[in-house]
Amino acid sequence: MKLTLRIWRQKNKNSPGHFEEYQLDGLNPNMSFLEMLDVLNDKLTREGKMPVAFDHDCREGICGSCSLVINGEPHGPEYRVASCQTYLRSFKDGDTVVVEPYRARPFPVLCDLVTDRSAFDRIIQAGGFISVSTGNAPDANAIPVPKKIADLAMDAAACIGCGACVAACKNSSAMLFVAAKVSHLNLLPQGQAEKDRRTLAMVAQMDKEGFGACSNTYSCEAVCPKGISAEFIARMNRDYLAASVRSAVTSAAD
Amino acid sequence: MTLESNAPAGPLAEKWRKHKASIRLVSPANKRKYHIIVVGSGLAGASAAASFAELGYKVSCFCFQDSPRRAHSIAAQGGINAAKNYQNDGDSIYRLFYDTIKGGDFRAREANVYRLAEVSVNIIDQCAAQGVPFAREYGGMLANRSFGGAQVSRTFYARGQTGQQLLLGAYSALCRQIGLGTVKMFPRTEMLELVIIDGKARGIVARNLISGEITRHSGDAVVLATGGYGNVYNLSTYARGSNATAIWRAHRRGALFGNPCFTQIHPTCIPVSGEYQSKLTLMSESLRNDGRCWVPKNPADTKKHPNDIPEADRDYYLERMYPSYGNLAPRDIASRAAKRVCDEGRGIGPSGLGVYLDFADAIKRLGKKVVQERYGNLFDIYHEITNENAYEVPMRIYPAVHYTMGGLWVDYNLMTTIPGLFAAGEANFSDHGANRLGASALMQGLADGYFVLPYTIGHYLATVPPNSAPPTDHPAFADAERDATDRLRKLLSINGKEPVSTFHKRLGKVMWDLCGMARTKESLTQALQEIPKIRAEFWSNLHVPGDGDGLNQALERANRVSDFLELGELMCLDALTREESCGGHFREEHQHPDGEAKRDDQNFAFVSAWQFQGLNGTGQWQLHKEPLVYEEVKMTTRSYK
Repeated sequence: MKLTLRIWRQKNKNSPGHFEEYQLDGLNPNMSFLEMLDVLNDKLTREGKMPVAFDHDCREGICGSCSLVINGEPHGPEYRVASCQTYLRSFKDGDTVVVEPYRARPFPVLCDLVTDRSAFDRIIQAGGFISVSTGNAPDANAIPVPKKIADLAMDAAACIGCGACVAACKNSSAMLFVAAKVSHLNLLPQGQAEKDRRTLAMVAQMDKEGFGACSNTYSCEAVCPKGISAEFIARMNRDYLAASVRSAVTSAAD
Repeated sequence: MTLESNAPAGPLAEKWRKHKASIRLVSPANKRKYHIIVVGSGLAGASAAASFAELGYKVSCFCFQDSPRRAHSIAAQGGINAAKNYQNDGDSIYRLFYDTIKGGDFRAREANVYRLAEVSVNIIDQCAAQGVPFAREYGGMLANRSFGGAQVSRTFYARGQTGQQLLLGAYSALCRQIGLGTVKMFPRTEMLELVIIDGKARGIVARNLISGEITRHSGDAVVLATGGYGNVYNLSTYARGSNATAIWRAHRRGALFGNPCFTQIHPTCIPVSGEYQSKLTLMSESLRNDGRCWVPKNPADTKKHPNDIPEADRDYYLERMYPSYGNLAPRDIASRAAKRVCDEGRGIGPSGLGVYLDFADAIKRLGKKVVQERYGNLFDIYHEITNENAYEVPMRIYPAVHYTMGGLWVDYNLMTTIPGLFAAGEANFSDHGANRLGASALMQGLADGYFVLPYTIGHYLATVPPNSAPPTDHPAFADAERDATDRLRKLLSINGKEPVSTFHKRLGKVMWDLCGMARTKESLTQALQEIPKIRAEFWSNLHVPGDGDGLNQALERANRVSDFLELGELMCLDALTREESCGGHFREEHQHPDGEAKRDDQNFAFVSAWQFQGLNGTGQWQLHKEPLVYEEVKMTTRSYK
């Protein structure tokens, strides 16, 4: 099959970007979208041009590196898959496909389709953990976790940190990402001791990074390759409210 | 050179406890005066970096990905073994030890493997406390599943994403320390050279992949936790970025490489579909708990629709050949069996290189809902890639390169032959012998990082004066930096015609065809002629566009492939030298009449440890041998029949 690609090219963080158009012929519909970019890059190299830079690693939808906006949609047309799990059979022979990086102020473009998502790491560093140093743990079965709670925590923990939720949101809100992590840990009995501190610290860091507010359009859930539910946002809002009240009362009493 | 394993004397079950009680310590007030460099942020690297920082050491951690959370440990699906015996089914530390050493075809070091089994129970405790959402029973207790090579149920799991959840646990521990300022994290930074001063590892030279800047980092010890080298084969289940550069550059500077030819070919991966393919996707071994492997009995049936082939015309070959383990035969054995039936012309799928993994019986027995609950995400991945519904049509699978048991040679303390240089996780050679059992990689990575290195690194650091990390203007740093930049400059200035992928594919094909699931003297001799040719062409006809002053992914890959082109040669040399079949290393000349591997304990009960001696057209290496002395178990013929 044949495709026309319109790809965002940008030399580095400080230079302006632009679209360039490329034609590819002889493509196989069973190729992954990233394999198609590999073919394009080999072609560009042979022509003495710079290949297109894009983040990728595991190519099986779990590492969260890949981060393409394909025809305006983070991770492309298919439901609940990452860019690397998008196959050419999702397009028609002769299609023009537009490929861009994530567009969100907290994720600056570093080069072509590569963005800086380190803001997510800093949010986790602010409180996305249970403080248990190596060697401190009681027997794993000492604290039973009801199956329903463990399953729900796992639903939240399945987040791959790709940032598509931010790219899809008109406010560049990171609420789905933060809510998934907060919920995963706040749901479990092991996470109770630091629940309030964690929630407040992670939300504060999220705001500091410049992510916008949530206005409940659920575009985040729609593009999430792991189908993380927007219900976790409601859960985090409840945890946040409770933590704010408790901390206000505690500090007033001090 | 004599290789001293430094395994403590005494009864096997007492060794680690005695060792921990007698090794040197660094006092709490002195720990902050030591700086440890950790390269890699997967299970081994992240757990080690976090645990060192918790102890009070200063730590710098490096990864080439944009975040430590993306290391390829994240892709492990099935589970992690631990001798908890929560199922009351007769498991014990000894049994996990024995299964692992037998699974490795008696080519691993006894004392290391016993320690691994011993600390496995602590890993589960630690991870549960960190909030890893392991699968649970209704009563709230942890659930287990069975895995290959074991007759007990000891594998803990988090759906089909166990590696992800364990890594996120280690990553959260690491993030806590980064937030506290005790670990300095260097993402998108790749180690290029090791710095050795007075015979000791004292730092690294690295490249910032975004700015292209070459940086020097000085410390008191260096830990390499950079994973395996299966991407030598180009097509594998590894991440595209997984590479051997850190361990290879350390090898070139004197660290011995252990058992390089021991590679694991995983039996259940999605078959190759075309030339453009960049990656092979694993279907977790846990699927073999309920899935049944088969091919048609008659080669004429291979193009028929599988559901039209009646039961009587199917050969459930694993159940036939290995009745006591059946579909749960270990990986090397299951892979070779698949190859054998395909070589007989009974392979299925467009290429004829495939077998069926069938869930029809499991769905009949358990219902679709239960199968979906256990394996739903794997069926989804399979559907995304192949566009086929495995609930209705059997999966097509074929073996693919998945893991390397070989790696830098380390002693019992996980220290390489260079003092102060440690290797952890898949980057070392130590625990899996000639074949790794399923769900043991996660166990080993976390054992090394959480429970072994935090003790043994102190034993080494206690011999180093505090606050003695050398200044980075030391001539050894300048030399290492020059080596690194010279190599990059050379890659950029070849100005040939071909992109790096051409050479990687060619190397991969040679390795898979000639040093893959079955090897012969002829095939390996041929590979040893081909690889230097590809290497020479690489250095004369490669084209790397652009420059080194910014993000240049072609340059990154060229640099990594240049190392694979040397490592591949050593793998073939090792395979040629090891005149026996054991585990994943199958030499066709050495087999029993029934096609099973024929080990030679008389002549090959040793670890091959190779010393790099230079590259002059072909690579030059000297072989050293660490004899495998078994005090507890008897080397027996490994049978799963």
